[in-house]
Amino acid sequence: MSTSALQAARLILARDLRLALRKRGQFVQPLAFFAIVTTLFPLSISPDLARLREIASGVLWVAALLASLLALEFLFRDDAHDGTLEQYALSGQSLTWLVFAKTTAHWLLTGVPLALMAPLAGMSLGVPYAALPGIIVPIALGTLVLSLIGAIGAALTLGVRRSGVLLTLLTLPLAVPVLIFGAQATDLAIRGASFAAPLYLLSAMAVLGVTLAPLAASAAVRISLE
Amino acid sequence: MVRRSIQAERIELWRGERHVLAGIDLEVGAGEMLQVTGANGSGKTSLLRTLCGLMHLEDGRLLWGGRSVYEDLPAFHSQLVYLGHAPPLKADLTARENLHYWVGIRRSLGAADITAALERVGAAAWGEQPARTLSAGQKRRVALAGVILFAAPLWLLDEPATNLDGEGQRLVGTLIDEQLQCGGVVIVAVHQDLPVRSAEPRRLELSAA
Amino acid sequence: MAWTWFHRLGSPPHVYALAARLTPWFAWPAAALILAGLYGGLVLAPPDYQQGDDFRIIYVHAPSAWMSLMVYVTMAVAAAVGLIWRMKVAHAAAASCAAIGASFTIAALATGSLWGRKMWGTYWEWDPRLVSELILLFLFLGYMALRSAIDDLQRADRASALLAVVGVVNVPIIHYSVLWWNSLHQAPSVMKLGKPDMPAAMLAPLLIMLVGFTFLFVYLLLVRLRGEILRRERTASWIREALAE
Repeated sequence: MSTSALQAARLILARDLRLALRKRGQFVQPLAFFAIVTTLFPLSISPDLARLREIASGVLWVAALLASLLALEFLFRDDAHDGTLEQYALSGQSLTWLVFAKTTAHWLLTGVPLALMAPLAGMSLGVPYAALPGIIVPIALGTLVLSLIGAIGAALTLGVRRSGVLLTLLTLPLAVPVLIFGAQATDLAIRGASFAAPLYLLSAMAVLGVTLAPLAASAAVRISLE
Repeated sequence: MVRRSIQAERIELWRGERHVLAGIDLEVGAGEMLQVTGANGSGKTSLLRTLCGLMHLEDGRLLWGGRSVYEDLPAFHSQLVYLGHAPPLKADLTARENLHYWVGIRRSLGAADITAALERVGAAAWGEQPARTLSAGQKRRVALAGVILFAAPLWLLDEPATNLDGEGQRLVGTLIDEQLQCGGVVIVAVHQDLPVRSAEPRRLELSAA
Repeated sequence: MAWTWFHRLGSPPHVYALAARLTPWFAWPAAALILAGLYGGLVLAPPDYQQGDDFRIIYVHAPSAWMSLMVYVTMAVAAAVGLIWRMKVAHAAAASCAAIGASFTIAALATGSLWGRKMWGTYWEWDPRLVSELILLFLFLGYMALRSAIDDLQRADRASALLAVVGVVNVPIIHYSVLWWNSLHQAPSVMKLGKPDMPAAMLAPLLIMLVGFTFLFVYLLLVRLRGEILRRERTASWIREALAE
C-alpha cells in the first residue's frame, strides 16, 4: 500500500525529531549562541537598562536571526552526506512536501526554543513583563519564515566548502523584511502599544513563505543532487 | 500494465567539460539483467544516476515502458530503487528504524515485513543496533533489505556487493535472481561478475572519455 | 515556425556571431546619447530652485539606480529561461549580467552618497532608496559568490539561476518593507527636488541618459556574453573557425 504525501511528510517530521532527540547537543548550540550574543550588547554599550530597553528589540532580533542562520547549516547537511536526501528525491513522493516537513522540524527544534528563550534575554535588557508576548509570538513567526527562506539557501549551498558564511550572505538580504516587521512588532510591544499591524504583515509573509518556499527549496535540492 | 523495460537512446552527459557519456544505447527488459563494467572514472555511477533521472540528459532519450521518463518523473521513481556506493542509513537510527523511514515514505510497512526482510539478508541479529555501530558489510546487508522491501520492478545498484564476504556476494546473486524471476529489471555497476544463476547477464563496457 | 528564432538563440555559435554584429549598433548610440544627456544635464538644464547645481548628480544617479534594477530583472529572466529550457546561452547571459549590475548598483550608491553629502552633510543617512540599493548590491554579490563557490559549471549555473529567480520575487517585498520602515522613522530622502514636477529642460536630459545607459548595458552585455561563450566553449570545434575570422 503506497504512502500518501502527507503521511510521508509526517514520517520525515517524526524521523527528524527523533534524530534530534538523540543528538541533543547540536540543537543547544544556536540557543547558546543567542544567549552569548545578547550578553555582548550590555557589555559593549552600557548596563543602563533604560538605554538597553531602547535597543532591546533590535538586539533580540539580530541575535535570533544569526542563531537561526547558524542552525540552518544542519538542515540538509547530514542527509546529503549519508545519501538519504538522494533517496527522498527518488522516493516518488513530492519532494516539496518532504522539504516542508524537514523545514518544519527544523523550526520546531530551533525557532520555537529561541522564541521561548528570548523573553529571558529580553528581561535582562530591561523589557517589561507585559511586552513578553510581543517577543515570543513575532520571533516564533519570524524564525518560521527564516527557516523557510533559509532552506532554499541551505539547499543551494550543499556540498560547498565552508558554506556557513555564504549561506548567511545569501539569506540575510532576503530576510530583511522579516527583520523590519518583526523588530517593529517587538519594539511596539516594549513601548506598550499594539503590535497587531506588523504581526499581520509577518503572518502574511509566513503564509507566502509556506506556500512558495518549499517549492523553491525542493527545486534547489534537485539542482544540488545533479 | 506498464511494460517493464528501460531504454536509453544515444544519451549524452557532460560533467563540466568532461564528456562522461557519449552516445550510450541500452535496452533491458523484464527478467533481464545488465552488468555495467569499466575502469574507475569511466562513468558507471554517472550512468546509473542518469538512468534514475537524478542527472539530466544533455541529449538523447530515456524511456521506461516506452514513455519518456521526464514526462512524469515521480511515477518513474516510484517504480525503481537506486542504491549508491554508500548505504543510505542514518547513523543514529537503528537498522529497523532506518528501514521504517527509508522505505516507509513510499510504501507503508509493518514490523513483520521489516523483520522478514532483515532475516532474509541475515541481519536480524543486529536489527536494533544503531547504524553507527555496524560494520560496512552489515550496513550493506541492511541496505539490501531495503531494496527488497521496496518491491520495485527496476533495480539500479551501484556495486551492490562491496564490503561483503563470499556468503554476502552469493546473497546478492540470489536476491537478483529472485528479482529477475519476478519479471524485474536489474542494472548493476560492478567491477567483477556477480554470482547470478539466471540467464547470462548482458554487459556494457564503459570507457573513460 | 515562430519559435525557430528562439531555438537558434540556444546555439552558442549563432549567438556569438549575432552579438558581434549587434555590438556597434549599441556602442555608438550609447556614447552619443550619454554625451548628449550629460551636456543637456550639466550645461543646458536650469539650476534647481532649492538645490542649485547640486541636483545635477541625478543625471548619473537616477539612470544608474534604474539600470541596476533592470539588470537584475534581466538577469533573473535569463536565469529562468536557462532553468526551464536548459539553455546554456541563457545561463551565460545571466552570468554576464551580474558584474554589470553590481557596477551600476555601486555607481548608484556612490552618487547617492555624494548627493547626500551635499544635502545633509553626511555620506550616509539611511535614505530608504539607498538602503534598497545596498540590499540589491548584496543580492548581486550573493549571486556572484554562489557561482564562484560551486565548482561544477552546470550546477553553478542552475543554482545561481534559482537564486536569481527567488531574489527577483523578493525585490519588491524588500523594497516596500524598507519604504515602510522609513515611513516610521522619517529618515530624510534625497530624491525630492525643489518643485514637484520637473520642467522639460530638466527632464529631457534625464530621459536621454536613461536610454543611453540602457544602450550601454546592452553593449556591455554583448561584449561580456561573447567572452563568456568563448570561455565555456573553448574546447568546441567551432571556436577555431570563429576566431580565424
